[in-house]
Amino acid sequence: MSFEMFLQHCFNALTLGSLYALIAIGYTMVYGILRLINFAHGDILMVGAYFIFFGTFAFGWPWAVAAVISVLAAGLLGVIIDRVAYKPLRDAPRISALISAIAVSFLIESLAVVIFTGQPRPVLQPEWLTNAWQIGNLRITHLAAFVPGMTIILVCILLYIVYRTKPGLAMRAISKDIETTRLLGVKVDNVIALTFGLGSALAAAAGIMWALRYPQVHPYMGVMPGLKAFIAAVFGGIGSIEGAVLGGVALGFVEIMTVAFMPELSGYRDAFAFILLVLVLLVKPTGLLGERMEEKI
Amino acid sequence: MKFGKTLALFAALVLGFGVQAALAADAASDKDPIKIGVYLPLTGQNAFGGQLELEGVKLAHQEMPTVLGRPVELVVVDNKSDKVEAANAVKRLIERDKVVAFIGTYGSSLAMAGAEIGEKAGVPGVGTSCTNPLVTQGKKYYFRACFIDPYQGAAAATYAHDSLGAKKAAVLMDMTNDYAVGLSNFFTRSFKKLGGEVVANLKYSSGDQDFTAQLTELIAKNPDVVFMPAYFAEGAIIMKQARELGAKFRLMGGDAMDNPDTVKLGGKAVEGFLHTTFPYDPTMANMSEEAKRFTEAWKKAYPDKDTNVNGALGYNCYFLILDAIKRAGKAEPEAIAKALAETVELPTALGKLSINETHDAEMPVGIIEYKDGKRMYVGEVTPK
Repeated sequence: MSFEMFLQHCFNALTLGSLYALIAIGYTMVYGILRLINFAHGDILMVGAYFIFFGTFAFGWPWAVAAVISVLAAGLLGVIIDRVAYKPLRDAPRISALISAIAVSFLIESLAVVIFTGQPRPVLQPEWLTNAWQIGNLRITHLAAFVPGMTIILVCILLYIVYRTKPGLAMRAISKDIETTRLLGVKVDNVIALTFGLGSALAAAAGIMWALRYPQVHPYMGVMPGLKAFIAAVFGGIGSIEGAVLGGVALGFVEIMTVAFMPELSGYRDAFAFILLVLVLLVKPTGLLGERMEEKI
Repeated sequence: MKFGKTLALFAALVLGFGVQAALAADAASDKDPIKIGVYLPLTGQNAFGGQLELEGVKLAHQEMPTVLGRPVELVVVDNKSDKVEAANAVKRLIERDKVVAFIGTYGSSLAMAGAEIGEKAGVPGVGTSCTNPLVTQGKKYYFRACFIDPYQGAAAATYAHDSLGAKKAAVLMDMTNDYAVGLSNFFTRSFKKLGGEVVANLKYSSGDQDFTAQLTELIAKNPDVVFMPAYFAEGAIIMKQARELGAKFRLMGGDAMDNPDTVKLGGKAVEGFLHTTFPYDPTMANMSEEAKRFTEAWKKAYPDKDTNVNGALGYNCYFLILDAIKRAGKAEPEAIAKALAETVELPTALGKLSINETHDAEMPVGIIEYKDGKRMYVGEVTPK
């Protein structure tokens, strides 16, 4: 394999990996705080992509405006889902909340099929993103640079919120001990709502970029990315934001490099990704950057 | 009722038994209609295709309502898109309606259920659009008016090699999909047989959305043509990603790409894309006499519906059976089955049709090309 080709594969992997990372952060934040796997996360990605689809096509908004509005709307949707489906179950056994999450996932998917129909629809790609830089045989679309760049910016913003602000401090406190935090006068439910809002907004941002890279929207588009990102989150150590980023990028590289180095096995790339996950978990059960936590279940 | 029966008995007695019976027997063979059964999904999930095919059958019946001097009667039964119903439908046609042959159906699983019944009873059937290779396997009495899926792979290879002048080809396929694997294998085999080289065979799984790694590999191998028998949604993504990565090769697909959404989803990236299809299309330039007749008859009978391949397949089935009856010289199931198997180069709305040893129809395969954002029927190819 030529060096140029290897670089090309690296760029492809980085783009795919950044998308996984962005989705994985949402899983990891909610899990870190509530020990809840939010199965509806992938579906919020889909809703975010549909929002921008309607923003640009039906209302004719400029792409950037539609993107911001759909991220905000998805954040709001996350807060609503928390209020309706998870908050009433805060004191119930954890399995109840998990089942509620699965129900929300099916509800959103089915509603999307009813409202948007199951037909895939094309997504507008702004001209400035589909052009490419050609360096020798290396071809980098602006999009392939835009996606990782955007991911870095969003992750920095998120890390700032979590580590440098009051609500972030509260989030970290809740993740250690929810009862004590409540006793100290923190409005726990508001902080949890904020967490869902942030996670959902990130999912929508990922959904928008996913729809740029794979320019179609359909009601089940969030299922596979959601599943892969969940694996990335576990791989990196669920509960850790840095771990989610690392896990996402690593998963992207494993998938792409499987095809690059073993083209004849290209159909089995998911299998390789999962085998690697199993191996990592066998050696380090908490994932790459996961901390050992006392099991609360 | 009772009175009627008594009267009939009385009349028979008066006229004399022998004479009456002899007359009745003669009338049965000369004037009675020849019954041909039709079992199609007219309701349920396959109803759309079934309805179109029934319309095609009816159109053909209007055009040629008699054979061997006897009228033809169609007996239509709905198989409700259900396997059990399909078997019952054929049973009913054979046992109650005493059909000499039957037409149908759309859908391979429905066809298999019905073919089984026809096989046991020894009554020939002709499938409309059941394209799975297994449908006619080991069947003596079941035929089809369409070609099987993989046949298109061979056609695509022939077109790529002979008409596009491709020397190097590659394949990109969904390895979890029978349709894609079948077409790809036939493509590879034919392309090699024609003297071309297949430089790569890359795979993906259903549901994958990222093809950048496979496409980067393909670009490095520099083939003239890449064959990818995908469904239109993922096919459109492959086209777009190939364009983004600066691919120079031409992409080809199978009839699963034949969907108005291909252009909508693919946008500019569909330019130059080719796919195989049945050899009938309203946009075709030189229509045969038969295709013209079908088009005109269809427009007259169903002015608010576009002509379509399913209609043409239904239309063809009827003529295929009538042609067999004509050549057999009698309307008996055994003789019809024998004549059907010997069908060679019958001119039809879908080109010259022959039945091969596995009872599939062989006919030219149509090629669609996307030029200037438009879908064009550019010609036909006979697979080698």
